Amino acid sequence: MKQGIFTIAENKALTPSVYRMVLSGDASAITAPGQFINILIDGLFLRRPISVCDSTPDSVTIIYKVIGKGTEKMSRMTKGDQLDVLTGLGNGYDVSAAGNTPLLIGGGVGVPPLYKLAKLLTAAGKTVTVILGFNTKDEIFYEKEFAVLGADVRVTTVDGSYGIKGFVTAAMPETCSHYYACGPEPMLKAVFSAAVAPGEMSFEERMGCGFGACMGCSCKTVAGFKRICKDGPVMKSEDILW
Amino acid sequence: MVTSDLTTPDLTTNLCGIELENPVIPASGTFGYGYEFAEYYDINCLGTFSFKGTTLEPRFGNPTPRIAECRGGMLNAVGLQNPGVDKVISEELPKLKRCFAKPVMANVSGFSIEEYTEVCRRLDSEKQIGWFEVNISCPNVQGGGMHFGTDPESAAAVTKAVKAVTKKPVIIKLSPNVSDITEIAKACEEAGADGLSLINTLVGMRIDLFRRRPVLANTTGGFSGPAVFPAALRMVYQTAEAVKIPIVGIGGVSTAEDVIEMMMAGACAVEVGTANLIHPYACRDIINDLPKVMRKYNIHSLKEITGAAHTCQKM
Repeated sequence: MKQGIFTIAENKALTPSVYRMVLSGDASAITAPGQFINILIDGLFLRRPISVCDSTPDSVTIIYKVIGKGTEKMSRMTKGDQLDVLTGLGNGYDVSAAGNTPLLIGGGVGVPPLYKLAKLLTAAGKTVTVILGFNTKDEIFYEKEFAVLGADVRVTTVDGSYGIKGFVTAAMPETCSHYYACGPEPMLKAVFSAAVAPGEMSFEERMGCGFGACMGCSCKTVAGFKRICKDGPVMKSEDILW
Repeated sequence: MVTSDLTTPDLTTNLCGIELENPVIPASGTFGYGYEFAEYYDINCLGTFSFKGTTLEPRFGNPTPRIAECRGGMLNAVGLQNPGVDKVISEELPKLKRCFAKPVMANVSGFSIEEYTEVCRRLDSEKQIGWFEVNISCPNVQGGGMHFGTDPESAAAVTKAVKAVTKKPVIIKLSPNVSDITEIAKACEEAGADGLSLINTLVGMRIDLFRRRPVLANTTGGFSGPAVFPAALRMVYQTAEAVKIPIVGIGGVSTAEDVIEMMMAGACAVEVGTANLIHPYACRDIINDLPKVMRKYNIHSLKEITGAAHTCQKM
């Protein structure tokens, strides 16, 4: 973990409620895809944990949905604004477990952390399949970005307004070597039930600190009590107690 | 040039007979068993720290969500998650020892007088433990914790029982959720407490407007953060008038100025809790700021300012 001051280089709406923010600053503490950052927002007490979509040693890209006061304030920030950010939080996905035909499954704002993962896996020559699930056509983002990496991208919408009609499970391939999922808990549960290979999933919970100190976001797993912020947010599928 | 600018301010203080390099103590439940923060800075700069509240058996605590936000602070309903005293001794304390060389404060909790004494008894042989901080004020558990801290007789009974199993200084951590904190404080003093620490969190709650339900799965939680500072300060001040034993001031402390204010109210040392969760370097930064702030207010030695705000000065 590292605390640093970051400067907003871009803050742009991708859909009516989803924004992409690019932050410039020392991002060297970020070591794995699927980690998150914790942002201090003027006027609010707790930091806001947001998953990392992409990163370089001196920049972080996040994609966030306007849900509450924190993300609403973030959406009104502009280029040049500065933010106090904790970076390099959480364990992230295990890239070494991918095998040759990894499957990436993201639902809604669960999609962003899979982007850096897809980037690394395609660069390593893997045959990557990505399922992006949304409620409706207007909510879709990053379909092209994943496709450009060379991944087989399948989009599902619950109302059928774009791509395959249904939930992400409607687009699951018959086989994969390993899966990585991030999305709302009902989606993760459905993926777990439908999966034909071992995998890992990223969870979220209301956090106090985001770095393992307060025990606010603990959960019970097969392997004992885990802090979602420090021991997670990524958990192995076989460790999860549903 | 003022002469006080040339002298090095004296940050030392004394807590129940043990000298502290400075009065800054991370509060229990915000600092784990120390080694978690040792990844971020050398925690030997601290006066000491109070480790995670420890019970006889391992505890998961309450269901999530157990964190909520409010203006100027937060609520938690963790419910004393900890690995249990035996694992603390076998796994946590060896890790603590590797990154912290000073006496540490052992925070203990229980659901019966027997549990408090048994936890203290098992921890008593641990050489690094300098003080026991007995938590009779956790608002997030049923049938224990705060139950002992809201009645003078129960508070005295826990104090007496713990005092009987250890020679180390026993500090009783008091609840603000009482009509008169000085009554509980006096009962603990009479029962032999070596010191008092106050305040634990205030019971509060939040409601999710969309769901029309409490935000916390536990409905209520402990309210902490800068917003509680004036209430904590008032209780430290009143308690300092009521008892002679040392007081550790706790509640919303976030800056070096807050530390000094708490000490002027009557504290000889100060715990910093919630600030650690927002700013992982909070305690280190407060310690680094203290000399500068002391010079500003013409304070040569922190020992001199304990209770300075009282008309009839304590000590």
